[in-house]
Amino acid sequence: MRKPKLHPCGNYNEKYEEELTIFETDFGRVWVLIGLLVLFVGIPLISSNYALYVINHIGIFAIAAVGLNLLIGFTGQISLGHGAFFGVGGYAAAILTTRLGFPFYLSLLSAGVITAMVGMIFGLPSARLKHLYLTIATLAGQFILQFLFVNWESLTGGSMGIILPRASLFGLSLKSDQAYFYVVFVCLVTMLWIAKNLLRTRYGRAFVAIRDNDRAAEGMGIPIFQYKLLAFAISSFYAGFAGALWTHYLASITPDPFTLFLSVEFIAMIIIGGLGSLTGSVFGAIFITSLNEILSHASEFFINLQALAGIALTIAPLREFIFGLAIVLFIIFEPRGLAEVWRIVRSSFRLWPFSY
Amino acid sequence: MEFFFQLLIQGLSVGFLYALAALGFVMIFKSSSVLNFAHGDLLAMGAFFFLVFSLWWKLPIPIAFLMTLVGSFAMGFIIERLFLRPLIGESLILVIMLTVGLASMFKGLMLFIFGGNLFAYPEFLPQNLSIQLGNILIPPVYMATFIISILFLLLFGLFFKYSSQGIYMRSVADNQSAALSLGVHVRRVFALSWAIAALVCAMSGIILGIISGVNVHSISIIGLKVFPVVILGGLESIGGAIIGGIIIGLLETFTGGYISTSLREVVPYIVLVLILLVKPYGLFGLVEIERV
Amino acid sequence: MEDNILLQLNNISVIYSDVIQVLKGVSLVVRKKQIVSLLGSNGAGKTTTLKAISGLLKPENGKVTEGNIVYEGHGIHNSSPEQITRLGIIQVMEGRQPFKLLTVEENLRVGTATRWGKPYKKDLELVYHYFQPLVARKHRLAGFCSGGELQMLVMGRALMAQPKLLLLDEPSLGLAPFLVREIFEIVKRINEEQATTIMLVEQNANMALQIAHYGYVMENGKIMMEDEANRLRENPDVKEFYLGTASSGALKSYKDVKAYKRRKRWL
Repeated sequence: MRKPKLHPCGNYNEKYEEELTIFETDFGRVWVLIGLLVLFVGIPLISSNYALYVINHIGIFAIAAVGLNLLIGFTGQISLGHGAFFGVGGYAAAILTTRLGFPFYLSLLSAGVITAMVGMIFGLPSARLKHLYLTIATLAGQFILQFLFVNWESLTGGSMGIILPRASLFGLSLKSDQAYFYVVFVCLVTMLWIAKNLLRTRYGRAFVAIRDNDRAAEGMGIPIFQYKLLAFAISSFYAGFAGALWTHYLASITPDPFTLFLSVEFIAMIIIGGLGSLTGSVFGAIFITSLNEILSHASEFFINLQALAGIALTIAPLREFIFGLAIVLFIIFEPRGLAEVWRIVRSSFRLWPFSY
Repeated sequence: MEFFFQLLIQGLSVGFLYALAALGFVMIFKSSSVLNFAHGDLLAMGAFFFLVFSLWWKLPIPIAFLMTLVGSFAMGFIIERLFLRPLIGESLILVIMLTVGLASMFKGLMLFIFGGNLFAYPEFLPQNLSIQLGNILIPPVYMATFIISILFLLLFGLFFKYSSQGIYMRSVADNQSAALSLGVHVRRVFALSWAIAALVCAMSGIILGIISGVNVHSISIIGLKVFPVVILGGLESIGGAIIGGIIIGLLETFTGGYISTSLREVVPYIVLVLILLVKPYGLFGLVEIERV
Repeated sequence: MEDNILLQLNNISVIYSDVIQVLKGVSLVVRKKQIVSLLGSNGAGKTTTLKAISGLLKPENGKVTEGNIVYEGHGIHNSSPEQITRLGIIQVMEGRQPFKLLTVEENLRVGTATRWGKPYKKDLELVYHYFQPLVARKHRLAGFCSGGELQMLVMGRALMAQPKLLLLDEPSLGLAPFLVREIFEIVKRINEEQATTIMLVEQNANMALQIAHYGYVMENGKIMMEDEANRLRENPDVKEFYLGTASSGALKSYKDVKAYKRRKRWL
């Protein structure tokens, strides 16, 4: 048996493999396993149905956020269309399930693939375009898709939407929040694992190279157009997959949620979590989803107080305000997001009492 | 035929309005290469300033108008100082994202104060502003739009062409370090470009409010229309903004008039995507993308 | 302290991005109404010295970490470019950086930024007086002008600011020899007629020392030598390494060794 590795003092990597490992020490690996175990065994036991509902939402949004971070944080291509891409995934899953009778798992994957193709269409302008133009192209995508959701009635059911049958997997009903919790988190962990490993391959390195300097990347022989498109495809796959999961969870879909505001919400998640950090995306999803819940509770609370019903009406827009504020404050004061805060906290624990 | 001309006039006036709105956007982009996603909210803010001054405080219209301009000018200045100044030198993605955050903040704030209701300004346009051409009537609103838009576009055209401050602003857009070496106050230019942009936005916001009433959502969504306008017309000149604005304006009104009203809102974006796919740097292809 | 000193650099160090040290203790003095020339090979730190004076280091993430810069009795090493230019120090940057989309006259008008709102007609006439060829190009976009015209343009632009101290960075770069002579002639006239103090960074040491009163030679971020310009021109080392006019030739082999040793001293 090989020696268990503890954290070394200093950087003693001798091989590229050592630098590329996910876990620097076996200690880290054990911790992650323990964490996962707690997640899968502990949380469903102690959580109420409502808490599970929130946690499931966090998991679903985290998948989409991870995908968006691959695009913005790692490849440097801004997309303002992910809210709509999320919707494309949802509609694809709904239509495949109701019209063609796809089983649950297959509808998730095909929804992801379909969204990836849609995402690539709007990523096409990235061939020759940078910041301004590309961002605007994805913005256009957001509006066009939104328009299609509402107006392509024969396919999407218009503003009435589509009702789905309750999802089931291998004959087991996924009706309860608890059952769905396992599905969501197996998906999230798998997706995170795939993303993490993708970034260690040449594709991941090419993405980062394109982000840092695309001309230089091209000079190094990276076909940047293909890679940008690939990034769009992968990122949209994540968004579509998450959208499909969400639609199955709610068992219905309407065009209302997939607005530009949802796109902004996703962007807020990855900025607050930390651009270019996968764990950050999860933190961001936790932060934004919890914030959402807290704010909607606050307005509910005010509605219940009869005397203050007037305030309740006006508190809803505060949600948007606080979102914006959170983005602005994070960008100004901690541009690397919660992931950086987490790193500092963690390393100060690890290095304690010699924290230098 | 009459219907056609009605649409034509409507489209043209909407087009000039878009051109005016795009002017503010281009100003910020040219001086500091920041894409301002909070543009629509600046429009709405201007419209609401005017609403507060004219309807709530019941000030005479000219004074309310002037105060709106002054207020939004100051607002732009403050926005730059508070939010953009700390980010000078940061990566562009963060700055763009910041304006996305600002947009959300401002919209929330306005919804909080004014709610999602539709307000209307008091009637103040003189009826004799309308013009009868043959059997086509140009209503006063559109006449006012034409007059105000053309006046301001001209005014700013002259400002940039002849005034010293305008030349300094163009010099910063052209070569920032050279401008700095000559003592151009670059940070002041940034602040000024935000202030002027906010002022121009307020103008367009007021006109929008006159045409279709004041509502946070419907006005702030117009702010995003400047993107297709700017892409179509190119970022080089005020002339480009006018051409882009008119094309988009006509496209919208004719689609709305002849095909369907629901398509009206997305047709600029569809055209935009098609153009970007065929001619990536806009119709006039003059735009040089920044070097790495 | 002598009162005819305009600018004094005391032992300054400059570090870029907190890691790259470019200047390692540079001290120099610029006297009023003189032309001081700063010579040295590529990478010696001449441009950095100028940028340290004009405050343009900041946008490039550079910093004066030690020493001080005294201009007319005030320390200016922590000031922003906006403040420094308003004190009358204007730098003409290397490589002619015109505002390409502005016309020649608009370019010149940018030079009035330090005294916005004041009349500038007289200065325009003055600039056109020194730089005759610009008159015909008044309304042409600077992007379409030739190299010589651009050099005149950027110098004229700086002159518009009525500088007390003009920092010229390689005005001869990429110009034909007769144009170089013309430009230097103008520099000399500006110095004499307008009483403008000029600090001149040059590769063309021969030309520079012809018009300068005093000269400094830099190498590797340090001042290696300083003297009156005419004595500097006679100095054998300067002659050999910068002017390229050493009268060697015949006695190659033996002299090479010595020259090498002398060269080593410099580095």
